[in-house]
Amino acid sequence: MIRATLIQALQMALVLLLAPGLVGLVRAVKARLMRRRGPPVIQPYRALRRLLAKEAVIADNASWLFRTAPYLILALTWAAASVVPTFSTDLAFARLGDLIVITALLGAARFLLALAGLDIGTSFGGIGASREVFFASFAEPAMLMIVVTLAILAGSTELTSIAAFMLSPAAGLRVSAALALVSLVIVALAENGRIPVDNPATHLELTMVHEAMVLEYSARHLAMIELAAALQLLLMISVIACIFFPFGLGSGVLLGLAAWLAKLGAAGVLLGIFEVSIAKMRVFRVPELIGGALMLGLLGTLLLYVSRGL
Amino acid sequence: MILSALLAGILILVVLGLAGAIDAVRAPGGAPRGAAGQGAWLYAAAASITGVSALLSLASLAAPPETLVLPLGLPWIGWHFRLDALSAFFLFVVDLGAASASVFAIGYGRARHGGHADEPGRVLPFYPVFLAGLGLVVLADDAFSFLFAWELMSLASWALVLVRHRDPESVRAGTVYLLMAVLSGFLLLLCFGLLAGPAGSYGFAAMRAAHPAAATVALALVLALLGTGAKAGLVPLHAWLPLAHPAAPSHVSALMSGVMTKVAVYAFLRIAFDLIGPPSAWSGLVVLAVGGLTAVLGVLYALMQHDLKRLLAYHTVENIGIIFIGIGLAMVFRAGGEGAAAALALTAALFHVFNHAVFKSLLFFGSGAVEAATGERDMECQGGLIHRMRTTSFCFLIGCAAISALPPLNGFVSEWLTFQAILLGPALPDWGPKLLIPADGALLALAAALAAACFVKAFGITFLGRPRSAAAAVAAETDRLALAPMLLLSGLCLFAGVFPGAVIDALAPVSRALVGATMPVQGLLPWHSPPGVPLGAIVPVAAARSSYDGLAILLLIGAVTTLAALGARRLASHALRRAPAWDCGFPDQSPATQYTAQSFAEPIRRTFGPLVFGVASTIRVPPPGSTAPARIEHVLHDRLWEIFYAPPAALVRRLADALNPLQFLTIRRYLAFVFAALVLLLLVLALTP
Repeated sequence: MIRATLIQALQMALVLLLAPGLVGLVRAVKARLMRRRGPPVIQPYRALRRLLAKEAVIADNASWLFRTAPYLILALTWAAASVVPTFSTDLAFARLGDLIVITALLGAARFLLALAGLDIGTSFGGIGASREVFFASFAEPAMLMIVVTLAILAGSTELTSIAAFMLSPAAGLRVSAALALVSLVIVALAENGRIPVDNPATHLELTMVHEAMVLEYSARHLAMIELAAALQLLLMISVIACIFFPFGLGSGVLLGLAAWLAKLGAAGVLLGIFEVSIAKMRVFRVPELIGGALMLGLLGTLLLYVSRGL
Repeated sequence: MILSALLAGILILVVLGLAGAIDAVRAPGGAPRGAAGQGAWLYAAAASITGVSALLSLASLAAPPETLVLPLGLPWIGWHFRLDALSAFFLFVVDLGAASASVFAIGYGRARHGGHADEPGRVLPFYPVFLAGLGLVVLADDAFSFLFAWELMSLASWALVLVRHRDPESVRAGTVYLLMAVLSGFLLLLCFGLLAGPAGSYGFAAMRAAHPAAATVALALVLALLGTGAKAGLVPLHAWLPLAHPAAPSHVSALMSGVMTKVAVYAFLRIAFDLIGPPSAWSGLVVLAVGGLTAVLGVLYALMQHDLKRLLAYHTVENIGIIFIGIGLAMVFRAGGEGAAAALALTAALFHVFNHAVFKSLLFFGSGAVEAATGERDMECQGGLIHRMRTTSFCFLIGCAAISALPPLNGFVSEWLTFQAILLGPALPDWGPKLLIPADGALLALAAALAAACFVKAFGITFLGRPRSAAAAVAAETDRLALAPMLLLSGLCLFAGVFPGAVIDALAPVSRALVGATMPVQGLLPWHSPPGVPLGAIVPVAAARSSYDGLAILLLIGAVTTLAALGARRLASHALRRAPAWDCGFPDQSPATQYTAQSFAEPIRRTFGPLVFGVASTIRVPPPGSTAPARIEHVLHDRLWEIFYAPPAALVRRLADALNPLQFLTIRRYLAFVFAALVLLLLVLALTP
């Protein structure tokens, strides 16, 4: 019990501390591949410190929702991240919720962010909110189809049980798991607003989605939202790692920690390479991509039945 | 004993209806017609009766069934009443909705544009009778009293839909509603006729004991699904619902959407699980398919609306779909011999029945408060109400979050339970359910995600942003008595989400009565939970390795939010400055540049439009040099209306035209018709053995 609590506390501190670094890593990789020198990996930490020190400027007609939303968004993302086994499955909160709860917590954060985007009553806030919920209405069903596939495979929707199953020899190599992996990667790209769905680096008005929603935020509020976005990226990578690459999760804390850091680093580099090698999609082509993920999820489920049935 | 008390309450409600009629007629003598607060005594009386009745039914949830026969109604048959776990649960839902709607109505009546406007005589007599009808349906124990109560409920609510009887749209809504109500009653009549068999035993006890042939059962089940589905709003029988629910005053809309649709769910459960006996697998599959389609189409139609109350009404269709997915799962699992899974699916459906009654009433109250404050139901005329209607907006936000299935509120729990039931689908041996259940899971997930989009729109456009009309800019908070039930229902949303174990345990007798199994005992609080179950988490089935702990999630979110806020307080600057909106450097003064309800849903309309609505868009660009604005016009076709409603309507019209000459015949011709009919009937009688 005490050990699980300690590991839980360590994990909650680590995810928060490492998240900006992961974003910095992706940016550094992208810059290198574009033959720029780019900012150092620790730049996001500096940005957060600078934002925290600034005076907050909010619009005249901002409501209480606008001011409380950043804290709640960070908290919901953080709560979701606390349930994901990152370097150890021995978490005190592991049984608080399953993969559906994690999806729903992230959904709640997105709900608040979209409302905050609408609060000031500017057209950019509206465009961001409208597109965000539009993408989410495809990404969430895709995520749940992945959950169905995994639940049939592992007999549980809880990440610790799924990771334990994937580590066991019973897992083997499965087509359905591969389809679920592709689908989950697409969903993760969409939920984090990465290329090809959204471009986190853009400030060109009509292509913004996430950035358009948070346009009115400044200083500490913006810092909370940036941190939450970084945390969500780390969370989705950890979920993918926990389900499909659970190496090191079952063995001791130190080994698990090393494995997790290596996985995060590899994922950050891969994400950087992927983002520079692909262009952003038109908004109305995105449903085809995420709809494809949904279909892959369904296909994975059906294949599983066929393979079980034979 | 409790049953007699409940029936006495219903009788008082009927008497109240008569008193309401007298009051409405008498009014011109004293206070001016429609004066603020007229009928408040009636609503107060209705609220206290239904409140007591709600407590009584809650108390009798776990009690053994109680029956009562009154020597009224048809001779030799009498009126049979029965209070068992299923009726007690639904009566609780009905009375909870009725009590809060009655309290809301007192405050709503005092508000500026609210209440029953200048037509108290069209609301006061019918409102208590409507409540009485709702209660009687749930307690009826024979086909006659059931159908009588069913029609009483339909007719009273029809009268309430026609409150604004000078508005042609209300009249159309009333006509469509009446037709569908008649259809529904007619189908149920046929269904009971089949179940009663040739002996004509119309008591439910006799139907329970009888074992009709398989074909009869199948036909009766289809009739029951159509008959109750027409009342509940299953696609494609939903067309009346978004017309009729918004037309009534808001407290009645809340009852129709939150409660009357649940009574239809009750009727289906009563017939399909109790009267017919163990359901067959194919019927469960039909219910599953209809439920999945209803959920997705309902929310897609809801997303296209910009009338707040119509949006909520369409959204009721979606929730009915979710409930029927749960019921369909329960039927499939029951037929497959999976008792625990059936109990889980049924509990999920019943949990959603309770949840939807709570949050849909709450949202309709909120929309009523908005309408009372600004005189408009159109979302395009609202905006910025969060600054002027603080409590209403907070309650509405809770309702929106709950209905969008966000943790830690109640909507999430029932959808989570439904998902856990879907995940048990692979345990079934047959291929039909095996393939259909995951597809239904995808539909349910799509509906849930679209619901979140729908309620971001509903709250964001109505309460956030800048005021889009002069009325919205000066709107004032609604009456305190109207706020009280909203606060109560918001509290219930939170309670059921945080202590789902309490609700699940309360539902156990219902589940035992209908599917013969229950979910594992959950316990209210951590220290109540049985061994093996961690903390206060709920577990769907004993063997499952999944759990959800609402209380711990709430505490975790609370603790982490406090941590984030404290951290920011300690590390960050406290300075705060108000300034004009930034908007990328080009803030526009006109509120017309904000996103509107329609533009918010535009991407979704564009994606699903061609498939579901058959959207036709025309863009008209003025000729060069002209200063006229460019216009874009969308025409949304209601495909379902065109397929299922327009052809019968056209047929009826053609037949009516063809038969029109029959109205102008001589008396000899009519007598000839009567004679011919008599001869024909005698021939039929003579020829049939």
